[in-house]
Amino acid sequence: MKRVALYLAALGFTVFAGFPFYWMLITAFKRNSDLYVGASVTSHIPWIFNEPPTLEHVTLLLGQTDFPRWVLNTLLVVVAVVVITVAVAVPAGYSLARLAGRWGERLGMGIFFTYLIPPTLLFVPFARLVSLLGLQDSLGALILIYPTMTIPFCTWLVMGFLRSVPWEIEEQAMIDGYSRLGVILRVAPRLIVPGILTVVVFTFTLVLQEFVYALTFISSVGKMTVSLGVPIALVRGDVYHWGALMAAALFTSIPLAIVYNAFMDRFIHGFTMGAVKG
Amino acid sequence: MAGIEIRSLRKHFGDLHAVDGVDLSIRDGEFLVLLGSSGSGKTTLLRMIAGLERPTSGEIRIGGERVDGDVPPRARGIAMVFQSYALYPHRTVFQNIAFPLEASHVPRKQIEEKVRWAAEMFSISRYMDRYPRQLSGGERQRVALCRALVRDPKVFLLDEPLANLDAKLRNTARDDLKRFQRRIQTTTVYVTHDQVEAMGLGDRIVVMERGKVRQIGTPQEVYEDPVDTFVATFVGQPPMNLLEVRDPSLPPRTLLGFRPEHFLPKGVVTAGEETRTFRFAVRRVEYLGSDRYVYGSVVESGAPPAPPAPDATLIAKLPATITVVIPEGETHEFAVARRALRYFDAETGLRRKL
Amino acid sequence: MTGRRTLADREDVLGAAMLAPALAYVTLLVGVPFVFAIVLSFSDATAGSLHFGWAGLRNYAAILGDPIFLRALRNSAVVTVGSQVLVVVLATAAAQVFRATFRGKRFARFVLLLPWAVPVSLAAIAWTWIFDSTFSVINWTLKAAGLLHGWLYWLGDPALALFAIIIVQAWRIFPFATVIVLAGLASIPQEIVEAAIVDGAGFWRRLFRIELPLLLPIFAVAVLFGVVYTATDLGVVYILTGGGPANTTHVLPTLAFQRGILGADLGQGAAIAVFLLPFLLVVAVAMLRLARRAEVGAR
Repeated sequence: MKRVALYLAALGFTVFAGFPFYWMLITAFKRNSDLYVGASVTSHIPWIFNEPPTLEHVTLLLGQTDFPRWVLNTLLVVVAVVVITVAVAVPAGYSLARLAGRWGERLGMGIFFTYLIPPTLLFVPFARLVSLLGLQDSLGALILIYPTMTIPFCTWLVMGFLRSVPWEIEEQAMIDGYSRLGVILRVAPRLIVPGILTVVVFTFTLVLQEFVYALTFISSVGKMTVSLGVPIALVRGDVYHWGALMAAALFTSIPLAIVYNAFMDRFIHGFTMGAVKG
Repeated sequence: MAGIEIRSLRKHFGDLHAVDGVDLSIRDGEFLVLLGSSGSGKTTLLRMIAGLERPTSGEIRIGGERVDGDVPPRARGIAMVFQSYALYPHRTVFQNIAFPLEASHVPRKQIEEKVRWAAEMFSISRYMDRYPRQLSGGERQRVALCRALVRDPKVFLLDEPLANLDAKLRNTARDDLKRFQRRIQTTTVYVTHDQVEAMGLGDRIVVMERGKVRQIGTPQEVYEDPVDTFVATFVGQPPMNLLEVRDPSLPPRTLLGFRPEHFLPKGVVTAGEETRTFRFAVRRVEYLGSDRYVYGSVVESGAPPAPPAPDATLIAKLPATITVVIPEGETHEFAVARRALRYFDAETGLRRKL
Repeated sequence: MTGRRTLADREDVLGAAMLAPALAYVTLLVGVPFVFAIVLSFSDATAGSLHFGWAGLRNYAAILGDPIFLRALRNSAVVTVGSQVLVVVLATAAAQVFRATFRGKRFARFVLLLPWAVPVSLAAIAWTWIFDSTFSVINWTLKAAGLLHGWLYWLGDPALALFAIIIVQAWRIFPFATVIVLAGLASIPQEIVEAAIVDGAGFWRRLFRIELPLLLPIFAVAVLFGVVYTATDLGVVYILTGGGPANTTHVLPTLAFQRGILGADLGQGAAIAVFLLPFLLVVAVAMLRLARRAEVGAR
C-alpha cells in the first residue's frame, strides 16, 4: 500500500515538473492544423499526435530565423566569459583559501554576497556605463557584465572546493623544494581540476540562462543570444510561431539538462558550503 | 527482563556472510559480551537483535517471543546505546531522555517524573537544560545510558560505547557500567573489540570471527581453556605463545601453547612443579614499569642456529617482582609449568586435550 | 636549492596578486555600480544623455504616490512569499519521495531537475503557451476532466495572472530546493535516525521531531536562495504578462525595467529597484547568522 502511494507521488512530481517539456516536445513537431485547435474543443486531444508529426517548425527555425545566429552569439559569449571567469576566479579562490588566513574567509563571504546583488538593481547603472563605453547593443557589453555574476560565485566555489583538498600535498611539495609560486603553477592545477570544471560548467549554464542583461543591452535581432532571442524575437508581426518557439526552447533545454544532471551534486555542495558544516 | 534465544541466525550481504549460523542462549539478567575484530559479525548480530537489520534466516526470540520477522525495534522492548551515543543535537538533555517516552505516548506528568528519576540514577540532574554539544564525552555517554534506561527495557544493547572515551576514562566508565548493570539486572548484550573490556565486563564472552561463534564461556574459561588457536591468541595481551615442536611423545603437528606470564626463567618457576624447558634466544627486552616483555625465539636443541622467522617470536612477560637480569642477545633457559601448557592441532587450530 | 626567500615565496604578495583581478572586478563592476544605483535614485538622470542632476527625494515621492508602484511592491511580496511557501511544501514532500528507491528513479530525478536547468526565459515562454487564452492545454485538461465549466483567462485576469506567476516560480525553484533538502537528509548521521527508531518513533514523529528540525539550516539556505531568485526575477513576469494586464502584475524588477530602461528614466528605475534591497538585506543577514551558528557547532 505504501509502495503504491510512493509511486503515485513520484509520478505526480515527475508529471508536474515535466509536463511543460512534454508539451514543448509535442508542440515542436505538431502540424499547425493539429496545434491550433481551440482548447474548448474537448473532442480534440492536444496531448497526442492526432496527425503525423512534422519537421516544418524545425526547418523554419533553422532556415528562416536568426536562431542559428543566436546560437553562435551565445557560444561566443560563453567562451569569452568562461575564459575570463576561470582566469580571475580560480586564482582568487585559491588565494583566499590558502594564502589569506582568517580574514580570507570573511573576504570570501563578502565576495560571495555580491552574487546576491540582483541584476535588476545593477542594470540601471550598467546602462549608463555601457553607453559610456560605447558598448550598447553589442555582445561586448555582455562579455563585460556577465563576469560580475560568475566571478563572485565561482570564487566561492573554488574556495569551498579547496577546503576539501588536503593542503598537506602542497606543503609536501614545498618541503621537497618548490617555492610557493612553483607549487601554484605546477602542483596545484592538477589538484583543482575538478573545481575548475565546476566553474566552467556553472559559467556555461549561467550564460545560457541569463536574460535580464541581454534584454537590457541588446536590441538588434542579429546580435541576440538564444535566451533573449527565442522569447522576444521569434515573432512575425503579431504572430507567435509556437511550433518554432517550442522547438528552439527544446533544443536549448536538453543540453543544459544533461549538463545539470551530471553536475548537480557539485553545485549543491557549493550552495550549502556556508550554512552546513561537513 | 528477558532472556534471548538465537538459533541458526544468518545474515548475508550478497556474497558476504556477515553472520554465518549463530546459536546463542542469553540468560535473563546476564551481561553478555560479543567480542571480535571488525568484520567478525558482532555488530551485525547486535543490530539483528535490535531489529535494525533483517536476518537472512534463523530465529531470534526475546523473552520467549519471536522477533525476527517484521517486529520493529520499538515493539521488542529493547534499548540501545550507539557508539557515537546518537544524542539528538537539537534537543536538551531532558528532551533527549524524554523522547522515547513521548514516542510511547506517556502522559506529560509521568514523563517528567521518570526523566528526573533516571537522571538521578546517573548523576546528570544538573545537565538537564544543556545541549549535547556542551557536554563532555563521559557525560554524553551517561545521557545515552539514561535515555536507554528510561523506557524500562527488557534488554540493553550496547555497541562499543566506551570506544570514544579517553583511555583514562574508560576504566572508571567500565566500573560504573558494570555496577549499574548489577543493580538493575537487565539482560545486556555488549559489543566490543577490546578484549580487556570484554574480560572486565562480561559474565560470559562470545568470541566471534568472520560471522561464526568460536567460543562461549566465562572470562576464565575463555582465557584458560581456549577452544582453538584463534581464541587463544585473540584473548590475552600479549597473545598466547604458539610453538610447533618436534616431540616424539606428542602427536605429529602439534602446537604448544603457553601464555607469556607462564614463560619464565628456569630458576624462577616454582620448584617441585613439572616443567618443560626451552632454550630461549633473547632478542630484545622491553621495560614497561610493572612488567618486562622479553622477545626472542626458541632454539631447537641440535638444530643449527638459524635467523629466527618473524612469526617464531615468543614473548615472555616477567612481573617487576622478578628481578633476574636478562641480557639481550644471549640464550637463557626458560621453562613453563606443565599444567600451564595447552596443545593445539597445527592444521585445524583446534585444541587437543592431552 | 636556494636558501633565500625569493619573491616566489612571498605568500602575501602572491596572495594579493592572485586576488587582485577578482577584487578589482567586484569592486569596480559591482560595488561601484551598486553605490551608483543608489545615487542615481536621487537624480534625474536619463538614459538618453549623460546628464546628471540632483533630484533629491523627488523620485521616491513620485513612486510612493504611484498606485502602480505600490501594486508592484505588493505583488513582489505576494509572489515571493506565495511561491516560497509552495516550494517548501513541495520540496519537503518531493524529498521524502526521492529518498526512497524505486524503479525509474534516475529518470524521474532527471525530469525533476528540468525546470531548474532550463533557462528562465524559455521556461517562461513555454508557460505562456501553456496559459494561452485560446489554446491553453490546462484549460483543455480541466474541461475534459469535467472540472471547468467557464473559462480561465489565465494571463488576462489580474488575479489569475498573479497566481500563474506564483505557480511558474514555484515550479522552477522547487527542484533546486528538493535537491538541497535531499542533501541535508543524507547528512544526518545514520545513528541518530536509528536511535530514534529504537526509541520508538514512527515515520512521522521521526520526520517532524528529529529530521526536519535538524534540517533547519538547510531549509533556510534553500528558502533564502529561493527568495533571492524569485524576488529579483524579471524574466518570468516580463514574458508571461509584461506586467499586464494594465500594469496589474508588475513586480519591482519589471517596473524598474519599464520605467528605467524602456522609459529611459534612470532615476526612477533606480529608485524602484532600491526597494528590493530590504528583501536582500534580510537574506544576507539571515545567511550570516546561519554561517555563524554552524561554526559555533550546532552539533
